[in-house]
Amino acid sequence: MLTISREIRDAIVAHARRDHPDEACGVVAGPEGSDRPERFIPMLNAARSPTFYEFDSADLLKLYKEFDANDEEPVVVYHSHTATEAYPSRTDISYASEPNAHYVLVSTRDAETAEFRSFRIVEGVVTEEPVEVC
Amino acid sequence: MAIEVKIPTILRTYTGGEKSVAANGATLIALIDDLDANFTGLKGRLITEDGSLHRFVNIYVNDEDVRFTGSLDTQLSDGDAVTILPAVAGG
Repeated sequence: MLTISREIRDAIVAHARRDHPDEACGVVAGPEGSDRPERFIPMLNAARSPTFYEFDSADLLKLYKEFDANDEEPVVVYHSHTATEAYPSRTDISYASEPNAHYVLVSTRDAETAEFRSFRIVEGVVTEEPVEVC
Repeated sequence: MAIEVKIPTILRTYTGGEKSVAANGATLIALIDDLDANFTGLKGRLITEDGSLHRFVNIYVNDEDVRFTGSLDTQLSDGDAVTILPAVAGG
């Protein structure tokens, strides 16, 4: 299960809306081993695409150096789908490489309702999990 | 020649959980071969079957992405720091 604050959930959805029709992406960091998503970090989608996202490679290095310095890890890795459901695509699965992360998908295909779902992706296997907003 | 190599979480199963290991090599590919000699299978996670750097992984030498410095032929010197990170990307 993913437990996340309303404030951070709303910030992720707002980021996805803002970047629509391109995909938005980012992470929520937390203390190593805590499973608590606490620090919201929106990232630039270097691909600037409605069908693909990628963290810029220099940004990625800087981010992981911060994690090292702060004893943090990416608790949530999020991105948006702008025309399809909030479910990991084949490309998402092939790239997923944080076994401890909650992969959050937001769909902005509907302007009124935001789909916000969370998954574990381990060795190519997708498992949806409940999201508790607190 | 000792070069520090930072290992991402997903590859620490190969290094017995170590976040950072020492390796040797005058070029990045030599370093990866040396890593693979100690941590069998690691090379296959970094290099494709046709011998190029895997698109799912980023490797940095002293903060420079090796895609801009000669890829697997990037020259290494004693004291260099190598960081391996999985790309964060998807569709």
